[in-house]
Amino acid sequence: MPALKVEHLAKTFPLKRPLFGAAPPGARAVRPMSFQVEAGETLGVVGESGCGKSTLARMLVGLLEPTEGTIEIEGEALGSAGPAEFGKLIQYVFQDPQGSLNPRKTIRQVMEAPLRLLHGMAKPDRDRRIAEIFASVNLREEYLDRYPHEFSGGQAQRIAIARALAASPRIIVLDEPVSALDVSVQAQVLNLLADLKTRLGLTYLFITHDLAVVEAVSDRVVVLYFGAVVEIGRAERVFASPRHPYTSLLAKSAPVVGRSLAAPEQKGTELPDPLNPPPGCAFAGRCPRATDLCRAREPELKQMGEDQLAACHHPLEH
Amino acid sequence: MSAFLTLLFRNRLAAMGAGVIAAILLLVLTTPFLPLHDPDVTATADRFMRPFAEGHPLGTDHLGRDLLSRLLHGTRLSLAVGVAAALIAAVIGSSIGMVAGYFGGRTDNVVMRGVDMLMAFPYILLALAIVAALGPGLMNALIAVAAVNVPFFARNIRGVTVGLAGREFIDAARLAGMGHARIILTELLPNVLPVIVIAMSTTVGWMILETAGLSFLGLGSQPPQADLGSMLGEARSAMISHPHTSVVPGLMIFLIVMSINLLGDGVRDALDPRLRSGALSRPRATTLVRRQGDIPPATDDLLAIQDLRTEFHIGKRNYRAVGGVSLAVRPGECLGIIGESGSGKSVTALSVMGLVASPPGVISGGAVRFLGEDLIGAPYETLRQKRGDRVAYVFQDPLSTLHPLYRVGRQLAETIRSHHVLSKAEARARAIQLLNDVRIPNAERRVDDYPHEMSGGMRQRVGIAMALANEPDVIIADEPTTALDVTVQAQILCLLDDLRRERGLAIIFITHDFGVVAQLCDRVAVMYAGGIVEEGPTQVVLDTPAHPYTKRLIACVPEPGGGRRELAAIPGLPPVLDDLPPGCAFAPRCYKAEESCRKGEVPLQGPALHAVRCLFPERAH
Repeated sequence: MPALKVEHLAKTFPLKRPLFGAAPPGARAVRPMSFQVEAGETLGVVGESGCGKSTLARMLVGLLEPTEGTIEIEGEALGSAGPAEFGKLIQYVFQDPQGSLNPRKTIRQVMEAPLRLLHGMAKPDRDRRIAEIFASVNLREEYLDRYPHEFSGGQAQRIAIARALAASPRIIVLDEPVSALDVSVQAQVLNLLADLKTRLGLTYLFITHDLAVVEAVSDRVVVLYFGAVVEIGRAERVFASPRHPYTSLLAKSAPVVGRSLAAPEQKGTELPDPLNPPPGCAFAGRCPRATDLCRAREPELKQMGEDQLAACHHPLEH
Repeated sequence: MSAFLTLLFRNRLAAMGAGVIAAILLLVLTTPFLPLHDPDVTATADRFMRPFAEGHPLGTDHLGRDLLSRLLHGTRLSLAVGVAAALIAAVIGSSIGMVAGYFGGRTDNVVMRGVDMLMAFPYILLALAIVAALGPGLMNALIAVAAVNVPFFARNIRGVTVGLAGREFIDAARLAGMGHARIILTELLPNVLPVIVIAMSTTVGWMILETAGLSFLGLGSQPPQADLGSMLGEARSAMISHPHTSVVPGLMIFLIVMSINLLGDGVRDALDPRLRSGALSRPRATTLVRRQGDIPPATDDLLAIQDLRTEFHIGKRNYRAVGGVSLAVRPGECLGIIGESGSGKSVTALSVMGLVASPPGVISGGAVRFLGEDLIGAPYETLRQKRGDRVAYVFQDPLSTLHPLYRVGRQLAETIRSHHVLSKAEARARAIQLLNDVRIPNAERRVDDYPHEMSGGMRQRVGIAMALANEPDVIIADEPTTALDVTVQAQILCLLDDLRRERGLAIIFITHDFGVVAQLCDRVAVMYAGGIVEEGPTQVVLDTPAHPYTKRLIACVPEPGGGRRELAAIPGLPPVLDDLPPGCAFAPRCYKAEESCRKGEVPLQGPALHAVRCLFPERAH
């Protein structure tokens, strides 16, 4: 049974109705997508700004209601349950660790909320559990009575992870958990996450724009473009032998020591307009392989190779 | 709390207001125990006695009642009503504001339109209407004054709440299982409370005045009960013949309102985070220079930073952000400065043109020479002429460096025209030319765009176009691609590389990304805790890093193509800049640090091409 199963999940943000005339169709942030994550797996989600990765994450934890589609966690459909029901099964770690902690609450107050409200623990149980969690994320207990602004970015992110763990979730959605951190601290947090996963048997959904990071932590990777999945595959294969031209473009754009500078494309680089989506493949305007077929019909996600799927009419061959 | 009080009483006027209001409060609180006449007992024989009369220090009014006693009882009542009205208005208004701001959408719309309607009435008319409906009396006046002030609180608090409701800690609270009521009370309220206190402290004075106004009109306190407004109202007919009957309550109103307003302004200034951070003390046009020690002699580099020291003086603390940095660039060269946050790389760059905000920034030593001319301590006009003309900057976030209300073409033209005499049409033509140079498609059309109409990558191109506008000799780019997507970043880097090859531009490129440095820069300087720890040709530094910090930092960066793996990390944290350890700043985190590393300053040494600040450098392979 997969830990997380998403079917035809989509989100359309309604637009304001003009004074005269009918309401416009709305901005499609996430177009219907389906995927599943096995228990104990880390699924990386990659894409550029505006590709819908944060909208997807917020729907998964129940902060946003999907327009259509279903979310199943360990075989249980959650429907339109509120964030509190979701909270026991799936938790969220935010990009900005300082911003996700209330500046006027002590760390103890922050840590106690999920224990008390989601699990109804009594005070002695809570203290014991907090000590346990803090030990597992390498934080000292004396930090509990301090305020968020007294911590560095790396420490604050570990506190945020500790809070997510306090809910004892099965799945954690990590939304760019290390983008705001310096590289020397980034590695500390990533290693901690890997360690926690093996010890607690967690399942991760790891959202990032950094290809090197996603490859280092994920089992499988989903590549998003303009609110849709363009490619899914094993982490070590997706960037080494991409099938979708967009994945290939991403892989070639990442600055790497030892590769000379070459702009992989010179054509317009802007994402298509979400209010006025192009017919056919959304990437066709930037794609060197695009044909009339691409501009007319949207490609389906198709099996390519043994465990790789891509949505492209003219996939790259290897 | 004590910090708040110190800050508050540093403001002399606020301290004076606090003193006056404290004295008045003390007086009215002890009024029942003072040996005073009964305020309501009339003695028509003693009417209109002048002040300092025997038994009546402030005289008597038209019914022969003791003015001092009436004044103190009246002040007591007026203060109580004013403060009560302020509290009621704050509680109701803030609740409305928080609910509207938190839920947003339709709730917000309906509630706030209601509040707007309430605001559309002139306040005195509204208060009169309420009193007319409920009948005269002090309690009804209190209700009227509170009701009139509810919209003020509702609008203020709603604005603050809207900003807070979108923050991530609110989402986190929802995921921790909190309901709406609990979020409003335990997450929002503590953050909104300072704003409520500020709003109250600045409106209590007004509410006392408004209550007095209603009583003056005879709609508030009813005879014989005294409050300041009704005392003024009763004295009105005798204002010419016996002025002291109106002067006494008038002075008291003046004292109360003035002292409360002075104190309220002080509270606002002390609590408001924007004012506390020094937004009121405008930074100077150039960084303050207080140089100690010798000024290094001129060199023949294009731009040379020599032993630069920049500090931040905040309170008693002295943060040494840049501690003796020397760098130089030649025409057509790209120098990378790499470091983590707090390493001093941006402050180094800003110091070049005196752009570090002062206060609190101070340049305390060294020199910055452009073609041999020392720019540190140069007059403002000299710096202004060079800023953007000979040395230009590109910053990380183009959205915050471009003015949101002007079209990009106009901003480009302004950059040119502030340094060269050019007609508007010529400047516009040049702006279009520049947009073409940075490969913006349809430059003729996009020159009239506002910054928000462009994507992040396009905006950064405009930022670069602006830096190129006057054909500078040096461009200092501070993390210009950090906020951009990788596909856009690749294009911006290519653009910068082409430009320096075509025009012989020198680029100082600040970043935290080794991949970017490797692709763009000829030489690289690695900074840690305000100092350069290693400098050399990019390829050499990346292949054979000599400083343990460089080596371990490179190991931390995951490289694509490596598959799943454990990543290297550097234990510990960078040192705090106001408390740097003696000796090598990296020693506490270094695995090969020895006793000698912790004593005395370690010099930057080695061959001129590859210098390192380490006593035990890594051996070349």
